[in-house]
Amino acid sequence: MKRWINKKPSRPLAIVLGILPFILLMALYQWGSEVRKVENPNDKLLPSVSQFYAAIDRLAFTPSKRTGEYLFWQDTFSSLKRLLMGVACAAAIGLILGLITGAIPLIGANLNPVITALSLIPPMAVLPLLFIVFGLGELSKVMLIIVGITPFLIRDLYQRTKDIPQEQLVKAQTLGANSFQLINRVLLPQILPRLLDALRLSLGTAWLFLIAAEAIAATEGLGYRIFLVRRYLAMDVILPYVIWITFLAFVLDWLLVKTSKKVFPWYHAAK
Amino acid sequence: MSHYQIEFRHAQKCYGENIVLENINCQVKAGEFVTMVGASGCGKSTFLKMLLGTESHSKGVVLLDGEDIVAEPSPDRGIVFQKYSVFPHLTVRQNVAIAKEFEGSPLLGRLFGNRRKQALDEADKWLEAVGLIAAKDKYPHELSGGMQQRLAIAQALIKHPKVLLLDEPFGALDPGIRKDMHKLVLELWKKYELTIFMVTHDLNEGFYLGTRLWVFDKTRHDPHAPNRFGSTITFDLPVGQTDAASFKSIKSALKLNESETDINESLMTKQANAS
Repeated sequence: MKRWINKKPSRPLAIVLGILPFILLMALYQWGSEVRKVENPNDKLLPSVSQFYAAIDRLAFTPSKRTGEYLFWQDTFSSLKRLLMGVACAAAIGLILGLITGAIPLIGANLNPVITALSLIPPMAVLPLLFIVFGLGELSKVMLIIVGITPFLIRDLYQRTKDIPQEQLVKAQTLGANSFQLINRVLLPQILPRLLDALRLSLGTAWLFLIAAEAIAATEGLGYRIFLVRRYLAMDVILPYVIWITFLAFVLDWLLVKTSKKVFPWYHAAK
Repeated sequence: MSHYQIEFRHAQKCYGENIVLENINCQVKAGEFVTMVGASGCGKSTFLKMLLGTESHSKGVVLLDGEDIVAEPSPDRGIVFQKYSVFPHLTVRQNVAIAKEFEGSPLLGRLFGNRRKQALDEADKWLEAVGLIAAKDKYPHELSGGMQQRLAIAQALIKHPKVLLLDEPFGALDPGIRKDMHKLVLELWKKYELTIFMVTHDLNEGFYLGTRLWVFDKTRHDPHAPNRFGSTITFDLPVGQTDAASFKSIKSALKLNESETDINESLMTKQANAS
């Protein structure tokens, strides 16, 4: 008999095996929901599928009675806007500082200690500070995401820049490159795919800070809605929102992978 | 102004108490092909780095064309490393043309339009010379090890360096490919009248390729302080006039445990190649 470590599933079997846990989870939920409904038809903790449909229909496809807007899409739009603004700013700062500190030792010696010190501050601890300085509007939420993920991006890209083989830098110098040309033509293009890698890792953290900020002070947004309806134990809204957030996170990650493979084929082939 | 391309006078290299090279005296004329062998840790790579400019000498004088050598890599000196010599994010032609782009665009290092086309055309000329023109639009990861080294050589040659430095360039290649590369290097050396310094751990390769063979070794040993004395050039042999006995003595001095080699065969091949 073959050892277990040498048995590999065929493609269809792998798909079935992969889907199985999802089906089990759903079945388990369905069963739990029915058991509780039998005991108490008004149970709110594990709503039935039809209640989910009703909640989604109410939020996503019926205009709100108060404002006439579609709350679900409005929440999605404002959350994504905050998230993408925060991540884009953090990426720009991280790329520039990571690249410069990694490429030029004098600037690295100058900035690395302060970057390390700042990166140790827990971002949630300065959230009140951000609210005081930037007000309760959009800016403070975007700032929390920036404060939350930029230090990681800077330090990661610093290390990636350092990891580029010294031989390449020497080679570029023997081809007549000055420092600026070297950064622009040798380091920057090789760091960009690594930036996308680092962004994939930091997206989860970005969502965390976004929802935290929305939970504390917001008037719309996915995180705001979840924390709002929590008071009514509205699991029929919370669970679809959580699944939707998960789906959005998955799509963003998938887009980053696809973009990277399309734009930087050499990076993925060489790995 | 001396008529030597490279001149070392009593040069020494040390890291603190640790002396790596000492009493290096040598003169090399333009057009010579120097191969350097020695046991690992003998300082032959350090010597190459001093020529390259990534290491500076601690004492003595090192001259390039009669002037003090600049302790920073520059276009005077081309280099081919064993690995990582090419840019993975550029295609083969772009890898060669980038030198022209550095030259033509001081700020961005990027040319556009007609000037870019000229740079690419010149790159093609060099790719032709190293036999890589068919692969000009590929990325380095699509090339074999030998082809990558051909590319690295083409990159270096487009700058017309005074000295071409090769740091164990064929160490990672298969024997068959290595033979092709030897042929290519000898061809380019003759055609473009290059001055070449090459570090190798393969003594046969050293005899086969060069016009001069240098052996790096320590002449003095202190068993209580192994780093007290550095290596120097112990043999400076004009290749082609070496008998089998001295080959054997060098080999035993280096403690190279290679398979039994026939020096006469390798010398004969060289002469056949030269004629």
